[in-house]
Order: sequence, then structure tokens, then C-alpha cells
Amino acid sequence: MSGTTTYLEAIREAIWEEMKTDPDVFIMGEDIGTYGGAFKITEGFLEEFGPDRVIDTPISEAAIVGAAIGAAHMGFKPIAEMQFIDFIAPAFDMIVNFAAKVRYRTGVGAGLVIRGPCGGGAHAGPFHSQNVESYFANVAGLKMVAPATAYDAKGLLKAAIRDPDPVLFFEHKYLYRRIKETLPQDEEVFVPLGEARTHRPGSDLTLVTYGAMVYKAEQAAERIAEEDGAELEVLDLRSLRPLDTAAIVESVRRTGRVLVVHEAPRFGGLAGEIIAQICEEAFEWLDTPPRRVTALDTPIPFSPPLEEYYLPQTDDIIAAARWQLD
Amino acid sequence: MASLNREQLRDLYRFLLLTRGLEEWLDRLFKQDQIVGNLCRSLGQEATAVGSAFALGEQDWLAPSARDLGALLVRGVRPREMLLQYMARASSPSGGKDEVDHFTIPELGLLGPISPLGTQLCVLNGVALAFRMRGEARVCLTYQGEGETRTGASHEGLNFAAAQRLPIVVIIEHNRWAYSTRSDQEAAVADWLDVASAYGVPAATVDGNDALAVYDESQRAVGRARRGDGMTIIVAETYRMLGQDQHDAQDYVPEAELQGWKARDPVSGLEQYLVDSGFVSRAALAVVKEGVRRELAQAVDEALSAPMPDGDEARFGTFDRDAVPVPWTRREAVYDDLSERPAASEAGGP
Repeated sequence: MSGTTTYLEAIREAIWEEMKTDPDVFIMGEDIGTYGGAFKITEGFLEEFGPDRVIDTPISEAAIVGAAIGAAHMGFKPIAEMQFIDFIAPAFDMIVNFAAKVRYRTGVGAGLVIRGPCGGGAHAGPFHSQNVESYFANVAGLKMVAPATAYDAKGLLKAAIRDPDPVLFFEHKYLYRRIKETLPQDEEVFVPLGEARTHRPGSDLTLVTYGAMVYKAEQAAERIAEEDGAELEVLDLRSLRPLDTAAIVESVRRTGRVLVVHEAPRFGGLAGEIIAQICEEAFEWLDTPPRRVTALDTPIPFSPPLEEYYLPQTDDIIAAARWQLD
Repeated sequence: MASLNREQLRDLYRFLLLTRGLEEWLDRLFKQDQIVGNLCRSLGQEATAVGSAFALGEQDWLAPSARDLGALLVRGVRPREMLLQYMARASSPSGGKDEVDHFTIPELGLLGPISPLGTQLCVLNGVALAFRMRGEARVCLTYQGEGETRTGASHEGLNFAAAQRLPIVVIIEHNRWAYSTRSDQEAAVADWLDVASAYGVPAATVDGNDALAVYDESQRAVGRARRGDGMTIIVAETYRMLGQDQHDAQDYVPEAELQGWKARDPVSGLEQYLVDSGFVSRAALAVVKEGVRRELAQAVDEALSAPMPDGDEARFGTFDRDAVPVPWTRREAVYDDLSERPAASEAGGP
């Protein structure tokens, strides 16, 4: 895709437009005000919206998420930034024990967004590259989003901000400036949570994936079409919770083959859950066993050759697809 | 001394009595197996909770710890509601979904805690931020046991509130024990005011067993917060007269120490003061006692006859919309969803 709006600018536009139209939306995080954020997503926000709505905080992730919960109780729509999504770990207690459970326990919701850059490929080492969705996948009460396109980044972030429940919004940092699209200017970009998107239609095998892996899956599909004459469908989940099981099942029942591809480690990764659901809902339609293509079960290494080995690559997806198609 | 009129003084006394009386009922009901789960008592600490909550206005918010039952009562929670909560009934403030004082009631300005400690202040900070963003002169007040202040979340919360100059009053309830661990094993500080002093905000120590002293100090702190002068930390020196909970006989507590604090009982202390000073007559106090006794007896009757929730209620309320589905093994037609599946022979295979 080509165009003028990057994935990063799409995120910026979503926050800007929501803050412009809704005085209850505000942002909070480390170095997001004066400095404009580590990735400059919120550059110029302090000047436009003032220090009450653009809050530079101490290095205190638990306090940031806690304050977001409290403000949400009072009717605000806070957006809390984790400078890197890896730093969500110090806020784990606040998220899984407070934010996720508070509506169930008390009837008072916490409509907040926790967003931040995730993902590998930027040679950023074990603490600036993680994909954390599986840490939270087993916690009832959280929604999770992982957009692959600029359009979805903007549209899903708007949906997340307006959602009455806590949403974890995972932005893939590898895509921040690599993805450029032309976004519509005369109509609002809005993408509801919980709906997958067919990135590439196909009839022979379904690649279920999300985030930056959508592009590797796409590359693999193009090569398979060229070299093997088979058509792979790429299903971009976009939302991880709620999961669009219906879209997955519809595609798999049609193609009879499925690979789940994700950048997070294998053990306990979302692929296991997705394949379990496929087995429950579409087992009789399968022509081959469903399989996974994932990262290694190790921390994310720093040095480029190590990281490249760690991450699932296009060739891995091609090899797995050929195993399925044989 | 406290700027409370005769009627307010009688009210303060009534809330102390109500707190103690309600806990005595809870203890009785626990022994009769009417309480689901556990029970944490605030015996000996009632003056800290009641005196401080008394300093708040109607529009303010309060976030109690597990040992601040009195503060909840001052905010307007009815004894019946507390009983229902402990008995896990359908009509309890959390609908049977959570225990103890784990509920939030915005109309009463109440933010409930969760069990992992230190977290509640972090959330209360957001309530205070909301007051500031809306330009409202409202105040938040919360409590942390001295043990709780040793969590990372507590430090983050205290520092965040101080750095943001939030309108918050934090009362450190120094009751000497974190479960079975003495406070001198929890930290190397001898005076817990040193902990408070680390945040660059006004801090004070108060006799936590003296409801009037707690009220005075809290009122000063609430006034500062309301004027926009930020957070105050108050260290209330008090003592946990019973174990961590009903299962803890607190054999580890030195008997002499316990007896020393027994002589400083907050309820009889205030009663003595009111009579000696001539503010409230013994006859008037007797009327208060009888009122509390009747109120509690009626509340217990009502709570005991309240129904438990239906199990199916568990599916509702995780999100704003949509319940989680009924587990497939509990549906009337377990195999219905298989009807549209192809026969094994049509399905093909690898």
C-alpha cells in the first residue's frame, strides 16, 4: 500500500481527533507532553490541549494505569501510554486485578485505553520488542487490539477510546513509519472492535494472523500463488479479544486448511486458543491438521542475526503452507 | 479542640458505637457460619476511620482499606448492606461478586479496594485528577496500613499524588502489625512520619485512638487539599487489637503490649470525654446506645432473610454489554451445535 499517512500518523490523528471532539479524552504517560513521546506520536499535543489533558507522569506505570482507572470511573476517557509495551509489566496488577475486574465486582466500569509500541524486528532487545497479548489473554474483562494497517490503527483506536471497557492497544513499532496509506479525508475512519478483515482472499488455505505478521503472510501467499499455483487467504484478526471466531470458522470451513501465524512465542500463545476453537467449530471440515508458525520459546535476542532467527519469517510460512498443501 | 457542636459530637460517638456493634454482630454471625469467606475486624482502630471520614464533605470521595468499616458507615453505607456483602447475598453492594468492603458506590463518593495492596491509592489519584480537570474543589481521602505502604504501588501512588499536587489526604494507619509481621520488621524507620516525609508534602502524626484528634488533623488536611495546596499524609498511631482475621489468634502479640493499648480504647475514651466535659449527658448516650442496638438487630434480621444470587448471574457484568455464553456442557441440547456438521465420510481427510 502506498500513500501519505503513516501507521504512526494514523494513531496520532485518531487521538487528536478524539481529543478535539470529546473534552473527556485525555492522555497520560512518560515524556508524552514536553517531549512529545518517545516516538513523537503526541508531539504538539501539549501546546494544543494544555497540561491538564496532556499529563507528563513519573516513571510509574502502576500509578499511570491506576489514575486512568480512577478518571474513567469519573466519566473521563483516559489514554495511558506505555513508552514501550514491555513496560506494561509493572502495571500488570493494576490491569488484571483492578481494571479488568472492576465492572464485574462493582458495576462501575473503567473505559480506558492502554496503548504502546510492541513487536520485534527493530533490533531493540529483550525489553523493547515483546508481544504481550498472551500475558493478558487469560484475563476476563480486557479487550485487545493489534492493527496491521494505518486505516485500522486509526479506526480501531477511535473505537477503543469510545469503548466503555478497558482496551489494550498494541501498536507494532516496525510498522510505525514503514506503512503508508491514503486515508479518506471526507469521512470518519472508524473500525468496530471484534471484527476480523480479509487481507487477501484465497480458497486453498487460511493464514490466520495479526500485527506485522500480516505482511509476511501476504508475502508468503504471493510466492505460493506464483510458484505453486495455490491461493492462500490471509485473515487479519485486528481484534484479539473479542476474537472474531465466526470469521475464522467461516474461512477455515471454506478452505479446509489453516495455519495460525504470530510473532509471540509458541507456548501459551494465542495460536493455541485459536486452533482449539477451530477444532471445536470446524474439525470435520479440516483436510490437514491445523498448525502454528510462531517465534521461539526464548526471550527476544538483540543481535540482528539472532532476532531474525527468533522471529517467524516468510520462508517459515511458505514451508508450513507447503506442508499443509501437499 | 474539635469544632464540633453537641449534635455532631453525639453523631461521632454513634458512628463509633455502630462500627463496634456491627463488627460484634459480624463476629457472632461468623461463628454461626452465616458469613461467607473471611472477616477482618477494626477493633481498637475505629476512631481513625470514623474521625477522618467525619472531616469530609458530601461531594468528596473516600477509599477505605479492609479495616475502615467505620468510614464506610460515616459515608452512608447502611449496616444491612455490609451484612449482605459479608453474607454474599444477591442484593449486596457487589451483588455477591466480591467480599468485605470491595465495592464502589459513586453516589456515596466511595472507591472500594482490591486485595493486592497499594493499588487503591493509584486509582483514587485518577478521581482526584478528574476533580482538578473539572475545576471542582473536591477532596479524596484514603487509608493505608503501615504494611501496605511497603508495596511498590503505594510508593508510586504517593509520589504521583505529591508530584501532581492532587487534593488527597492519605492516612497511614500504623497499627503495629502486618498480619504477623511487626512494623519494625517491615521497615528500618523508627518513626513512620519519616516515611511520610519522603514525599515533600505536609505530614503529621496523630493519636489514632482519639477520634477528635483524628478529626482535627484530618480537617486541616482536607482544608489544605480543598484550597489547592495538595496532598497531606497523616500517620495515625493505633493498634490492631485482634488478629489479621478470624483465623488468627495472634499468639505472636505480647500480652502486656495488648493490655497497654486496651486502656486506650477509642470508644470508651470518647464516651469519657463527652461526659466529663459535659457536652453530652450519660442519659443522652444511653439513648444513642439503645438506638444503635435496635438498628443493628433490625439490619441483621433483614440480611438473614435476603436471598443468595442465582448461579447464572455469574455470566453477567464482565463487560458493559454481553454476558459470557452458557458453558456448552450446561446447555439443554448439548449436541445441537453439531447438527450442521457434515458426516465423517463427507468431511474428507488428510
